[in-house]
Amino acid sequence: MSVRQETTVKASTDNSRAWMHMLQGSLMTVLTYLILFLFLFPLIWMIAAGFKTEAQAFSIPPVFFFTPTLENFERALGTYTPFLKNALIVVGGSTLLAFLLGVPAGFAMALYPGRRTKSTLLWVLSTKMMPPVGVIVPLFLIFRDTHLLDTHLGLMLMFTTINLPLVVWMVHSYISEIPYGIFEAAKVDGANILQEFFQVALPLALPGIASTALLCVIFAWNEVFFALNLTSSDASPVSVFISSFKTSEGLFWAQMSAAATLTIAPVMVFGWFAQKQLIRGLTFGAVK
Amino acid sequence: MLSNPGTVPTKKKNKTAPMNLSAFLLVLPALVFLIVTTQAPFIMTVYYSFFRWNLTIPGERPFVGLSNYLALFTESQNLHVMLNTVVLMLSVVALTVLIGGTVALLLNRRFLGRGVVRTLFISSFLVMPVVTAVVWKNMLLNPVFGFFAWVNQQLGLPVVDYLATYPMQSIVAMVTWEWTPFAALILLTGLQSIPEDQLEAARLDGATPLQEFWYVILPNLTKSLEVVILLETIFLMQVYGEIYTATSGGPGISTTTIPYFIYQKAFAEYNIGLASAAGVIAVFFTQAVASVVLRMIGRNIQGARA
Repeated sequence: MSVRQETTVKASTDNSRAWMHMLQGSLMTVLTYLILFLFLFPLIWMIAAGFKTEAQAFSIPPVFFFTPTLENFERALGTYTPFLKNALIVVGGSTLLAFLLGVPAGFAMALYPGRRTKSTLLWVLSTKMMPPVGVIVPLFLIFRDTHLLDTHLGLMLMFTTINLPLVVWMVHSYISEIPYGIFEAAKVDGANILQEFFQVALPLALPGIASTALLCVIFAWNEVFFALNLTSSDASPVSVFISSFKTSEGLFWAQMSAAATLTIAPVMVFGWFAQKQLIRGLTFGAVK
Repeated sequence: MLSNPGTVPTKKKNKTAPMNLSAFLLVLPALVFLIVTTQAPFIMTVYYSFFRWNLTIPGERPFVGLSNYLALFTESQNLHVMLNTVVLMLSVVALTVLIGGTVALLLNRRFLGRGVVRTLFISSFLVMPVVTAVVWKNMLLNPVFGFFAWVNQQLGLPVVDYLATYPMQSIVAMVTWEWTPFAALILLTGLQSIPEDQLEAARLDGATPLQEFWYVILPNLTKSLEVVILLETIFLMQVYGEIYTATSGGPGISTTTIPYFIYQKAFAEYNIGLASAAGVIAVFFTQAVASVVLRMIGRNIQGARA
């Protein structure tokens, strides 16, 4: 009897301890959700405003419940489209160029390292850490004299500079992770360097290379320093368009929100997909 | 790593040999491109920084030695700009590490929807800086129609024109909002690499959660903290879009940092010499920090096959 009593007492304290533990856990989960909501709030507010009428968008007290309208998106698209076209040309072109230059370099450094490969790789990374303000003055003057200012090509070259170190580094690290035996087998079969590249390295590293492309698109899309200082109208991407709302002073909030939503939506989706690689790309593998 | 033992001799040979020719030819275009677009212009920036050169006065370009640098470090306005840069950098680093660290600890537990929360949490990092600035400036911080003004009213607090009254604090808030996910995700990676047996041993010894944090988690997190602090310092040195859009460096020069200062000197006042000197300072500062990061990365490369 007494033994049985003891076990029930023990079980109940165990139970209450487990219950406390669960309560603590759920409180922390609620806190996590709360922090997430606070962080997402500016975005939720912005996206919601895109679906409001102009009057609702800046009414006080704020309107929380409303019938969504697509009017702002339709109206924003009119002015937004030329900038979108510029962005697509420049971002797409620069990603392509960075890949044409960077993929072979990363591949060669991973598979045929020489005496200087490591220091070369680190030098390439150091250019990624170079502040753009350190090169903008001469670049502006060179662009002015060569008529590259406000052209797609000019901006494309600068975005390539931003992303090339990333491409070299990421491709190098993805190809380094392929077991070397696979390349040896290919060599024994008489493969030359190009065959090794196209038939062995490229297919195996393709998922990594694809996510590197997403990162390039994200960084080039969001870039604003070169975009603002090297273009004025003809070649301006969406980042320049959005910054033109800086003086709107609450006049077209709904339309501005719609345009901003259109601008961040693709990058947001790409970023969610490439989340792991994003951290890898930003820290260059300093954290694993 | 994954490479089999048979590859070790070739690897050793490779390390001392110069790179093979076809491999070198594959690397060359990328190197040439980067030299042309980064090193060459930087050397020109250094060169320009020794001249008093204003684009509005053509033909006249006297060599002035170090006087642009002297101006940067002696004129109180310019010193204020450098101080702003440091204040922005330090406050954002401190805040993102604190908030990001808390978030990382919260995310490092099993709970319903963890994957989704983690994914969504990165969103603010992905927002284009000018979008952040435009939205915060107009829709959140606006003293009349902004959301924060309404919140203040509801709480019975006075309504504040944040960007006019607390310009630097407002910029710090925006940039912190953007960079917290970065800190959180790196610190989370660090937390997840802490060996489980150390935590278990601490719990068996009866450590309180606080002791566990101080004696087990924190020491294991040192490297991730270093990476966050160093990399954020490098990236925050370049903050430009938020300031350009939200405050244009003002009121006065209260939010002018080095990148915005250079933009103003070069593109509004055409003072190429002074802008160049500031650019050189920015590069030297960043590369000093970067050299520490690169050394850390360099150790990791050695660990890999190459």
